[in-house]
Amino acid sequence: MSIYLNKDSKVIVQGITGGEGTKHTALMLKAGTNIVGGVNARKAGTAVSHKDKAGNDVELPVFASVAEAMEKTGADVSVAFVPPKFAKDAAVEAIEAGIGLLVVITEGIPVQDSAEFFNLSLTKTGADGKPVTRIIGPNCPGIITPGQALAGITPSNITEAGPIGLVSKSGTLTYQMMYELRDIGFSTSIGIGGDPVIGTTHIDALEAFENDPETKAIVMIGEIGGDAEERAADYIKAHVTKPVVGYVAGFTAPEGKTMGHAGAIVSGGSGTAEGKKEALEAAGVKVGKTPSETAALLREVFKG
Amino acid sequence: MDLYEYQARDLFEAHGVPVLAGIVAQTPEEAKAAAEKIGGVVVVKAQVKVGGRGKAGGVKLAKSADEAQQHAEAILGMDIKGHTVHRVMIAQGADIADEYYFSILLDRANRDYLVMCSKEGGVEIEQLAVERPEALARVSVDPNTGIDAAKAKEIAEQAGFPEDQHEQLSHAFIQLWNVFSKEDATLVEVNPLVKTGDGQIIALDGKVTIDENAEFRQPAHAELVDEQTEDPLEAKAKANDLNYVKLDGQVGIIGNGAGLVMSTLDVVAYAGEAHGGVKPANFLDIGGGASAEVMANGLDVILGDEQVESVFVNVFGGITSCDAVANGIVKALEILGDSATKPLVVRLDGNNVEEGRRILEAANHPLVTTADTMDAGADKAAELAHSARTDK
Repeated sequence: MSIYLNKDSKVIVQGITGGEGTKHTALMLKAGTNIVGGVNARKAGTAVSHKDKAGNDVELPVFASVAEAMEKTGADVSVAFVPPKFAKDAAVEAIEAGIGLLVVITEGIPVQDSAEFFNLSLTKTGADGKPVTRIIGPNCPGIITPGQALAGITPSNITEAGPIGLVSKSGTLTYQMMYELRDIGFSTSIGIGGDPVIGTTHIDALEAFENDPETKAIVMIGEIGGDAEERAADYIKAHVTKPVVGYVAGFTAPEGKTMGHAGAIVSGGSGTAEGKKEALEAAGVKVGKTPSETAALLREVFKG
Repeated sequence: MDLYEYQARDLFEAHGVPVLAGIVAQTPEEAKAAAEKIGGVVVVKAQVKVGGRGKAGGVKLAKSADEAQQHAEAILGMDIKGHTVHRVMIAQGADIADEYYFSILLDRANRDYLVMCSKEGGVEIEQLAVERPEALARVSVDPNTGIDAAKAKEIAEQAGFPEDQHEQLSHAFIQLWNVFSKEDATLVEVNPLVKTGDGQIIALDGKVTIDENAEFRQPAHAELVDEQTEDPLEAKAKANDLNYVKLDGQVGIIGNGAGLVMSTLDVVAYAGEAHGGVKPANFLDIGGGASAEVMANGLDVILGDEQVESVFVNVFGGITSCDAVANGIVKALEILGDSATKPLVVRLDGNNVEEGRRILEAANHPLVTTADTMDAGADKAAELAHSARTDK
């Protein structure tokens, strides 16, 4: 088991013919992902050549639209490698087509664009009243279910399948944590992105991990800015029974300076790492001071 | 990027938000000329990106152009909460009958926009929100529909404005929405929004934050960057497309990925506790591509900081491969030559790490030490910075 993504997911790549799209399509295939095609309106009707995990040649069809790709292939996941300028249109297209999972890797999307496509996704609901499209990102490494599928740019060779679920705002910090715990392994690891407006939140992922029988413990990585970690702490207290270990980056970040991620800023004394750590600890989450200490705390959980 | 009041005022004017005359001045003479041009009573307002300037003496009323000049002389160069005043705005005096509050901001938690509005403006809005939350209307705005006539009326109603003011206020709210949406803002705040003696609605003081990600479709925003108050190293880094933030410490930091770099700063600060309290000197995220050029530019900026005594390069090769990073470091040191004088501690892990470590070993550069883990690297870099400092 896993959350959101597994070996049966049929994945398309928006921007499959671009530089990043080409590179990461190859890496996703190598990770075992069932990629069924891609989208580029200008190159519709062509195909791109790649190799699958076993090294066999595969020809991936390029479609004119997400809707067409879904109709012809039954795709239910799209990964968007589209420049910031065109990212909103790509996301809107995928949402309008009703894709189940949309992973937006693109960094540098204007936040109003993200707010617009996210709110559009809320209006397209299915029979259960929930939005049809789950969005991960933008500005994120995506999602990996080791041994099964990768929708994003997380290196698939760090670790294998295991009982830890991980949710994080950051990319490389996620990789670092997976590396620290590579001997235990992960059910699913999600990078939700560091932008001010993101689709899937810490809370969404915590809920999914709580409901996933394969996930035995959860690592939650946060960083300065906003109050997502504080809200996640409230959620954990009320709803999560599995052990959660936390880490928050940015203790030394000064107020008013944006630390790389557009959302990573301490403003008006709120959004500090200390405040987040306290909120998490109050919810019973053990919080590490460093990635290695966090990994050690997680190990204790498995020792019993 | 936060804008100055005069820049916000100009944006308001460009989008039809009613404002009073206002001219920015950098010298007392310019202030005088501006006051003469506007005529009558003017207000001399310090232009700083921090609140509380009124209390600090940064806002003064002037009844004549000469008086405006005198006030400008006193205010220019003033320090307000660590911000030096380089400019004043000479603003037309207002006949204020009533003060209101209005803002539109990005609501991260709800992932939409939030309007806050109150009939009680001109006060500390944070204080009002805590003490009398009922006096502050909060209205969610759907990013896809924005503030239209119906939404504007809803805001005016919720804030408790009398019916006969709704139309006039709605007009101002819609224009302010235009500022927010057309300028790719994440905050538009008017405090106070005033009603004048003759019944006009005017935005008297504005605060605007614009989204730098929207640069590609907002070419005019480049002119709003204030190079005068930018840190010279930060300006240099920006010119080289580097994501750099200057901090006050001795251990220079280079890493890939914002989260990992933030984490590296923390780990170095903890390590520093055992080494004379040395601290990280900067945030520098070189992102995915760690070419020799990027590495050289990064090192160049970091070594330009006189406080720096050692540098910690902490890279986890995800997609980036460690051999490319190692080659980048070796070549960067070649490019920098004698200008590189501080010791470098390098920790590489991840993609192709063996080759990366081998390259560094083979190069055997006298300034470079390698570390196997992030913690060990941070400790070594802190130790080197501390001993260099104590040797001085």
